[in-house]
Amino acid sequence: MNAFALMFLVAGLGLIGWLTARSRAARFDRGGAKRLHSLPAQHGFFVAMWVVLPALLFVAAWGAISPALVKQTVLEHPAASQLPQFDFERDALLAEASRVAEQPGVAAFDPVAQQLVAPTRAAKVRYDWIGTAGAILLAFAGGAYAFTRIRASFPARSSVERGMMLMLLVASLIAILTTVGIFLSLLWESVRFFGQVSITDFLFGTHWSPQVIDPARPGRSLGAVPLFWGTFFIGAVIAMIVAIPFGLMSAIYLTQYAAPQVRRWMKPILEILAGVPTVVYGYFAALTVAPAVRDLAVAFGYPYASSESALAAGLVMGVMIIPFVSSMADDSIAAVPTAMRDGSLAMGATKSETISRVLIPAALPGVVAGILLAVSRAIGETMIVVMAASGAANITLNPFESATTVTKQIVDLLTGESEFDSPKTLAAFALGLTLFVITLLLNIVALRVVKRYREAYE
Amino acid sequence: MTDAPHKMTARDVSVFYGEKQAVKNVSIDIDMDRVTAFIGPSGCGKSTFLRTLNRMNDTIGNARVEGQITLDGEDIYSSGMDVVQLRARVGMVFQKPNPFPKSIFENVAYGPRIHGLANSKADLEEIVARSLRRAGLWEEVKDRLNDSGTALSGGQQQRLCIARAIAVDPEVILMDEPASALDPIATAKIEELIHELRGRYAIVIVTHNMQQAARVSQRTAFFHLGNLVEYGDTDNIFTAPREERTKDYITGRYG
Repeated sequence: MNAFALMFLVAGLGLIGWLTARSRAARFDRGGAKRLHSLPAQHGFFVAMWVVLPALLFVAAWGAISPALVKQTVLEHPAASQLPQFDFERDALLAEASRVAEQPGVAAFDPVAQQLVAPTRAAKVRYDWIGTAGAILLAFAGGAYAFTRIRASFPARSSVERGMMLMLLVASLIAILTTVGIFLSLLWESVRFFGQVSITDFLFGTHWSPQVIDPARPGRSLGAVPLFWGTFFIGAVIAMIVAIPFGLMSAIYLTQYAAPQVRRWMKPILEILAGVPTVVYGYFAALTVAPAVRDLAVAFGYPYASSESALAAGLVMGVMIIPFVSSMADDSIAAVPTAMRDGSLAMGATKSETISRVLIPAALPGVVAGILLAVSRAIGETMIVVMAASGAANITLNPFESATTVTKQIVDLLTGESEFDSPKTLAAFALGLTLFVITLLLNIVALRVVKRYREAYE
Repeated sequence: MTDAPHKMTARDVSVFYGEKQAVKNVSIDIDMDRVTAFIGPSGCGKSTFLRTLNRMNDTIGNARVEGQITLDGEDIYSSGMDVVQLRARVGMVFQKPNPFPKSIFENVAYGPRIHGLANSKADLEEIVARSLRRAGLWEEVKDRLNDSGTALSGGQQQRLCIARAIAVDPEVILMDEPASALDPIATAKIEELIHELRGRYAIVIVTHNMQQAARVSQRTAFFHLGNLVEYGDTDNIFTAPREERTKDYITGRYG
């Protein structure tokens, strides 16, 4: 049976369990007690939980293991002996058979696969039925067990609360586990990469040209330093030169000077800036800012200035980051106690003296944390640099020259046709892993700073 | 009553927060060399009135002040009065100690720096040391002037704030319940300090604590519901109040 239908069936059984348990609980002999431990609906939830949860867990587990079982069965079929020994090709044929098995009336392209269609279909049907029967059986078993336990004195409420807690725990673990999974998959591919390329070549090499790789020593043209330099230059230097002053000044204006009605429309507009899709910024960078920057460079006396300059990408990225800096700065300036501001004003300090000598120093940890988060976002930003930055890996301090970033190179490495296990493709994962670790560290530092700062004022 | 002109005078002062009137037609004189206490139940307008004396109500968006307040005969709400100058002459100490998150030295040096009172580093050090001595904090902190001001105890922080206010050499010091967040020993120290500072400044102190008003002040003003009910010598207010409401408050009937 199809997984969705199965879920509906289990949910339906759960509903039935809920209704019967509740109506039974409503008719409990109260034995003179004025109030029972749990409401009838809570008894209902208790039973429904026992009907649904074990069955769903089983369905999930079965979904994970049944493909392996199907494959095992198919491989035992006599026709499977004709399959090629090479894993990659064998899996491709099995996948083809499996696809055809689910679509009656379609024939497989490969004759061996065609022979395997019938056994695959049979195996699928069999394991499907086992799964369905198991789930329904478990639903009934769970329901029956729970139903025998409910009675007037049974503390169903506590069990339901615990069940709720568990469900919420699982929900919050999913994001964490996904992050761990992402990290592990990156790590796995990176380990393969470092099996072929020396880690020092990659981390400290200054030459990056993945198009031309010397098979004898692939690391020689896979030195990531120019990429990290470009990322740092565009995301942490140029973008921050734009974002920090403007973000900070707009936060100061909004918290200290703006009239409430000005603040009321200006702050949301700034926040909307954070919601603009980055691809739109990318257009803006490539079509508007980049030519202007090139013309500027020509005017400054660089006749061969690139239209894919580091400056263009960095400027637009800086604008994109302004709302992050300003909203973090806004929060932390607003969090400085009014008493501090009043103390300074009462000494006869002017507004700007109060801001620069008391408010900013007091808010500094929060502002710094905001900047760190903004940097970590900027260096992970992809769309703007893909559209506006060049692919040329230069180590340069000249903003009019072209520079490339890690994210841009990852996109370039993974698009196009190349084998999945070549050093060139795998380099993308190593780059991703390094970037992931850097931004993770930045975020951890930033959160620590924020936390210590919060404690200081509470 | 002395014959010398009053340091500050208030005539028919009303304060509004939006529509709500928090202080109603208060007239009062404040003199040098003595401590004036404002007492009254919560919400009676005494703190609000105190804040009009150095225009700290300006920082509250919808506050509006009517009437006239003068400092040495000059209207402090006139357009010719520079609020920065005014606050340098009329200092303020707040209810909760609010040292800046800077070193002890920098906290005290803050005012002299922004007003350009010191010509040299030695000058500045002299001002800081003198202010800390007057605030009775010097002996406790002289060896750790570079420690953070926020690391001091509550009582020490409040004396640091007093030192900070003294450092700009004000003529009037306003204190808004300066001891309400402190323990009895720290409170006693603050009160002692107020005694010592009396000869040098006009001091106005808002307090919840009637014993404190009786201990530290020479003149007492009793506020109730935004009105100044009674103003006179502290001894008279506490022993022979003219108004029924003052008597009720002082004997603990309400508030």
